[in-house]
Amino acid sequence: MSSDYEYSDNELYDEDEDEMMADEDDESASDMELDGFNDVPVKSKLKSYEVEHISLSQPQVEKLMKTDVDHISGIFGVDAEIASLLLRHFNWNKEKLIEKYMDNAAVVTTAAGITVPEKESSGSSSHRSSSSPSQSQTKILERITPPPAPNEPFVCPICCDDAPTATFNLICEHKFCTNCWNAYIESKIRTEAEHWITCMADGCSVVCPDSFIRTALKDDTSTWNRYQELLVRQFVSCNRNLKYCPYPSCTYTVSCPSGASKSALTTIIPIVTCGASASHKFCFGCNIDADHRPCICAVAKMWLQKCQDDSETANWIKSNTKECGKCQSTIEKNGGCNHMTCKKCKYEFCWVCMGPWSEHGTAWYSCNRYDEKASVDARDAQSQSRASLERYLHYYNRWANHEQSAKLSVEQHAKTERKMEEMQITSQLTWIEVQFMKKAVDEVFKCRMTLKWTYAMAYYLEKGNEKELFEDNQRDLERAVEELSELIESPIDPETISVLRQKVTDKAVYVQKRNEIVLEDTANGFQDGRWKWNVPVEGFD
Amino acid sequence: MAAVSTRRLQKELADIKNHGTPTGITLLKADDFETWYLTLEVLGESLYKGEVFALKFRFEPGYPISSPAVQFVVDDKFRAPLHPHVYSNGHICASILGTEWSPVLSVISVCITLQSMLASCKDKKRPPDNDRYVAHAPENPKKTQFVYHDDEV
Ligand SMILES: [Zn+2]
Ligand SMILES: [Zn+2]
Ligand SMILES: [Zn+2]
Ligand SMILES: [Zn+2]
Repeated sequence: MSSDYEYSDNELYDEDEDEMMADEDDESASDMELDGFNDVPVKSKLKSYEVEHISLSQPQVEKLMKTDVDHISGIFGVDAEIASLLLRHFNWNKEKLIEKYMDNAAVVTTAAGITVPEKESSGSSSHRSSSSPSQSQTKILERITPPPAPNEPFVCPICCDDAPTATFNLICEHKFCTNCWNAYIESKIRTEAEHWITCMADGCSVVCPDSFIRTALKDDTSTWNRYQELLVRQFVSCNRNLKYCPYPSCTYTVSCPSGASKSALTTIIPIVTCGASASHKFCFGCNIDADHRPCICAVAKMWLQKCQDDSETANWIKSNTKECGKCQSTIEKNGGCNHMTCKKCKYEFCWVCMGPWSEHGTAWYSCNRYDEKASVDARDAQSQSRASLERYLHYYNRWANHEQSAKLSVEQHAKTERKMEEMQITSQLTWIEVQFMKKAVDEVFKCRMTLKWTYAMAYYLEKGNEKELFEDNQRDLERAVEELSELIESPIDPETISVLRQKVTDKAVYVQKRNEIVLEDTANGFQDGRWKWNVPVEGFD
Repeated sequence: MAAVSTRRLQKELADIKNHGTPTGITLLKADDFETWYLTLEVLGESLYKGEVFALKFRFEPGYPISSPAVQFVVDDKFRAPLHPHVYSNGHICASILGTEWSPVLSVISVCITLQSMLASCKDKKRPPDNDRYVAHAPENPKKTQFVYHDDEV
């Protein structure tokens, strides 16, 4: 298996403990393919900015778990339930579990809460690492929890019910009523999202096996299902080749071995999509739950941190109102397009740089490029810090604006859509014919996200020819997006709609092409090591 | 049938009435089964000699499956003890009140744990993140996900 070799190669750069997982994961991955799990059609040819990955449903991951459980169960000669607890206790590190178990099975099963420590009498609380369980506490506890005398009726020490219909206990023999077990297990799963549930007695580390949890939950299948999901989540979090989809209530997992090694993150941006929805895009390499291409993880993280640190300074930019550069009247932005016209004096300007729009429309468009000249002139510390703030604001302004414009264009589209629906009734247009707008809005949204991240990247790119070429591509995309944005906000009427449709469709195709160019060129640049940074970036020399 | 929390608290209250409280701990107010107040003193030689603190317990209907919300009272009469796990707003960073909570623990056993936490203190100071925490802390300490400063409490 060739992938085995490649993986261990990457492994050398990684100092993480769980290196034993590597071989195992590859094994699982190959099992997966043999079983015909690969339900996502393999794209014949990936673009340079795309990364290979497989989406797995919860049952598919459960099958991977079962393979490990059966393996351990076979080697140790224990029930599948015990094997599962042992694996979970060892964070699914099979090699480590086998090694420790072969060395001393009794110690391992006690530490995992599967067997009761021998010397200890039940009821003591010496497991707790707390300094607190002093003698007096034990006494108090005894008062609330009297040792059950042989002939006295059982009183549940938790709810104080003196005639519970039934009781349960684990091997530690700490007995509680079934209602309390039910409430406890439900609360652990529901409110604490806990997959490792121990006995209710103070300091007792005996764990509840799955069959016990199933019984205690009675017919609460939704909590049981949630528990199954928590088990899958734990398995996924222990396996570096897997990542759980971060979208709310999604239960898909993505496998992306090429995005799993840290060293790869200087050359690729492992943006993946889960099988539940094409909109479930996230980064396999970092915690950003969105597509941050063309920016690599380390730079994207640095930028977000900077924005967070400087949020107060830059807050004013996010506001929806600005003053007209000519007549000073307040102007509110309510669409995604950045071509603004003052209602009062008819001054046309660019919302981003506040400069006259006449300079933007045609060949000359440099709203995206920061003029470094000003900062060179700065001599004293004060003007230097002002220059560096101005430089940051230049990039932040554009970053925030693309985000805001993307949102506004979606809102704007909702209005347009209503109008289109009305038009469908009053004119000959079919539903299919009015869909071009939706497609264009989606394209604008996607490209504004790309543009947004190009500003994060440009902020950290070192000055020079490469950066200029990058900014040329950025400018071309930006101009195309602004033009499309303006088109989709133009007034709609049945007379001109077919002309508009042609224009919008053509422009959307062009925009898509420009977006491809930005993404491909940046991705190739990472492969070739073409990008140089003006600050130290993790993983780069 | 009364809620489980009511029946359980009735039992705890009866235990306190019949057997009294451990030394250094007194029941200040327990008029209902939602909020109780107790006072706490550290006996013998300790950094808190002569100081009296008050604890406020708040119970949800899920008590004792869910832990009580416990904090030191801070008002014109009481102060929060100066301790590395106690914030100046009275919130306590102790695992027994969070992840280490067990439904067999009780109001009195929590008091005893906090008493011994104070008794074993060697350095009277606030948690290092006190100002930041207090500035943003929720009113109910149970809403905070504490990262326990060490394993001892
Ligand atoms: Zn009970
Ligand atoms: Zn137990
Ligand atoms: Zn998903
Ligand atoms: Zn990333």
